Amino acid sequence: MIEVNELRKSFNGTEILKGITTNIEKNEKVVIIGPSGSGKSTFLRCLNRLEQPTSGTITFEGVDITNAPEKQLYKVREKMGMVFQHFHLFPHLTIQKNLTLAPVKLGLMTKDEADEKANEMLNKVGLAHKSHDYPSQLSGGQKQRIAIARSLVMNPDVILFDEPTSALDPEMVGEVLRIMKQLAEEGMTMIVVTHEMGFAREVASRVLFMEDGLIEEENEPNEFFTSPKSPRLQSFLSKVL
Amino acid sequence: MDEFLQKLYDTFIYDDRWKYLTNGLKTTLIITFFAVLLGMVLGFLVAFVRSTHDKTGKLKVLNFFAKIYLTVIRGTPVMVQLLIIYYVIFASVRIDKIVVGVLAFGINSGAYVAEIVRSGIMSIDPGQFEAGASLGLNYPRTMLYIIMPQAFKNILPALANECIVLLKETSVAGYIALEDLTKGGDIIRSVTYEAFLPLIAVALIYLILVVGLSSLVAKLERRLKKSDRG
Repeated sequence: MIEVNELRKSFNGTEILKGITTNIEKNEKVVIIGPSGSGKSTFLRCLNRLEQPTSGTITFEGVDITNAPEKQLYKVREKMGMVFQHFHLFPHLTIQKNLTLAPVKLGLMTKDEADEKANEMLNKVGLAHKSHDYPSQLSGGQKQRIAIARSLVMNPDVILFDEPTSALDPEMVGEVLRIMKQLAEEGMTMIVVTHEMGFAREVASRVLFMEDGLIEEENEPNEFFTSPKSPRLQSFLSKVL
Repeated sequence: MDEFLQKLYDTFIYDDRWKYLTNGLKTTLIITFFAVLLGMVLGFLVAFVRSTHDKTGKLKVLNFFAKIYLTVIRGTPVMVQLLIIYYVIFASVRIDKIVVGVLAFGINSGAYVAEIVRSGIMSIDPGQFEAGASLGLNYPRTMLYIIMPQAFKNILPALANECIVLLKETSVAGYIALEDLTKGGDIIRSVTYEAFLPLIAVALIYLILVVGLSSLVAKLERRLKKSDRG
């Protein structure tokens, strides 16, 4: 579904991604872990071109999007949901409008269809009763669940999660992870940058360890956590587990 | 006392001289109103061009002209701009002076509005742009539905203040013989040789307008704060 080939990204001469090559298949749940500054988030943000890659190619559903014209890029983004560390809900809109804005303005659904879809997704994340509230009235965990619902309304083929629980109070992490797990079980393709090792172990179909702009090691979770091969992964796991 | 009453009579009542003030006030309000409209339209357009360029690197040519516009307008006195528009640009055209006034003050105000709006756009968390983009909304749509409504709320008080400033700035319209409020008072002074009463009257009218508008702005700000608390 997503093919990444020799992806490189530099910021002002500093190379953050140093040649990433990987394939992500439909229904895969790829969890990316690694120390901060290793390029995990940059990698994720290159996939929907919030960051423009310096070189290399990204192919999404058979289409090379690395230098795709804007019109095509925005079409691709409709199918590639993203959930941010800091939620980025739209504070001036009600929860309902947060969910329906994009599909309605993009002409993908009528207002009624979008409202119905939004209700369905709000139910899924257990926040249907909040539809007329504003984001400022919600807790962090609720905001992130709404952000997930917002990306789901678009019927994405894949959702990118950029440290979805890192900005949350500890007691709210569980509710967000539960929703993500549920999505995974329903077969959503997910790429998740996280520090939640429990989630990686339980949900991932494959875990990537990034270090210094490269994929240092990747494996299915059981093998990955019980018998890491590279010394850097061994030392990283010994610190976080 | 009698002498004062006589002066009052001479200044305002005799020969219907109060009409200089009321007609002048009307002119001032007309110019201000349309100049504000023009200024807002220009300001929002220029701000859109400037911030689009800053965020995406596009619109290079338009941004170049926008920058020149901002530099020239903010770098020269509004009175000089007014004189140039009337005596140079429209030198050989017969045109209603009120239109000249609206153009001059509107074009001038637009430059200040543009910077206010741009600061409003810049004050919005970049994450809001990214959230819009990640949902497939392109830059103009993100701007229109997500950024502008938030920015507008933040800059509303500053915009309202710009209107108040503009109201006072139109007092130089007399330099192209436009009979605005200030000019009206000055005409009374020149026929009665009495400066105190007409000029104080003019000042009072401006003051009342400004205080009235300011209290409206303050009310607005309080209401906006309220909705912030959710």
